[in-house]
Amino acid sequence: MLDLAEAFRAALRQIAILDPQLIEIIALSLRVTLTAVAIATVIGFAVGGILAVYRFPGRGALAATLSALMGLPPVVAGLFIYLLLSNAGPLGVLQLLYTPQAMIIVQVILVIPIVAALTRQTCADLLEEYREQLHSLGASSAQIVTTLLWDGRYRLITAVLAGFGRAIAEVGAVMIVGGNIDHVTRTMTTAIALETSKGNIALALALGMILLAIALAINMALMGITRLASHFAYA
Amino acid sequence: MLDHPRSLAEARPLSSGTLLPVELHGLSLEAGGRRLIDGVDLAVEDPGISVIMGPNGAGKSLLLRLMHGLIAPTEGTILWAGTPMNGQIRRRQAMVFQKPVLLRRTAVANIAYALGLRGVARSERGSRAFQALELAGLERHACTPARILSGGEQQRLCLARALSLDPEVLFLDEPTASLDPASSLAIERLLVNAKHRGIKVIVVTHDVGQARRLAQDVIFLHHGRLIEHQPAPRFFEQPESDAACAFMAGGLVL
Repeated sequence: MLDLAEAFRAALRQIAILDPQLIEIIALSLRVTLTAVAIATVIGFAVGGILAVYRFPGRGALAATLSALMGLPPVVAGLFIYLLLSNAGPLGVLQLLYTPQAMIIVQVILVIPIVAALTRQTCADLLEEYREQLHSLGASSAQIVTTLLWDGRYRLITAVLAGFGRAIAEVGAVMIVGGNIDHVTRTMTTAIALETSKGNIALALALGMILLAIALAINMALMGITRLASHFAYA
Repeated sequence: MLDHPRSLAEARPLSSGTLLPVELHGLSLEAGGRRLIDGVDLAVEDPGISVIMGPNGAGKSLLLRLMHGLIAPTEGTILWAGTPMNGQIRRRQAMVFQKPVLLRRTAVANIAYALGLRGVARSERGSRAFQALELAGLERHACTPARILSGGEQQRLCLARALSLDPEVLFLDEPTASLDPASSLAIERLLVNAKHRGIKVIVVTHDVGQARRLAQDVIFLHHGRLIEHQPAPRFFEQPESDAACAFMAGGLVL
């Protein structure tokens, strides 16, 4: 029979004493997700900006696909990357399955559609307003893309935070391609799943509280950024 | 010529007016099965301020956009000093829109940005942008986010940005349509100043008073057609067309 109050106390104690096991898992999670988000941001900004400004065949289909992929179930992305990286798969020779790199790859796949789709929308809205003026000033298409990305900076930060929120909280994809190996690929979410099933509620609770705190921090940052943007009329 | 900062006068190339005359031959624009601009033949040779007038829907703004190359005509040609409109020519022009379009940056950064697009060296942009702000009386707002300025200040900033580019031709699409009299007057002063610097100004307005104050010549449009192109005194004293008479009498033009 598990004692909830006792589990809470143990969880808080682990956080308070910076339990090494806890810290290791948090650090790995942050390393994987921050790396993935950084890569996805660069790609997503470029893809979103180009989709908003350049006209080419298939542009509408690509934009629609990106929007649809925002709802891509993480386990499906996990399965896809698993098949690519497994020994029999086309990228099997790289021996990346069950490594942090594999988790980074799958999170990049999950975050790109979010960042790219929101970037495209932001840039398209701005372009609507700026098009004639930029055309009059003589901006090239490439210059228009960089202009829109900079002028949409506040909304783009929120897009990146949304991507981070999805990646850090996601469990299915990293479980499949990472394998939840202790000291190697155990992230906060996979550890919570495992420790709960093992009955080690204290560690699961501690990680859960950390995740909750991260989610809270992201939302507060979003609110702060939105407020700052409207203060300058930059929204 | 003496009432503006010397530095800006010196920055102007001597080739002022080399884009003139502008000639429109059989210019038409169709959209959605409607003929919005209908066979306009027009030649503007003289520097100074030309005013385009006409009732709503006459095609004034479209004509301005066609001349600036923002939209392509369905038929006809536009020649600037004999050369068909192209990107190079547009870079020697500037335009101010009815609703100020300002980037989400400070006032001075808005001007520096435009200078950058026109190839002005990074080291020069700041000082030239600041001079342009001074000319428009906006220097104390240099570091204010452009979009929190008042409507009149925003439009003056747009005009300052356009003038900072040292254009040979400046287009304005009802620049004072939503401004109070003081702000309108400030804009008009800047336009007169620009004229004295040798800039060809082509402005759309349906404010008859403003047209009287500014115009050297008047281009009157109605239903997409050019009805009259006259020197201003003649146009205001005895307009030839019924449409122009009615328009100036404040009557309904059908």
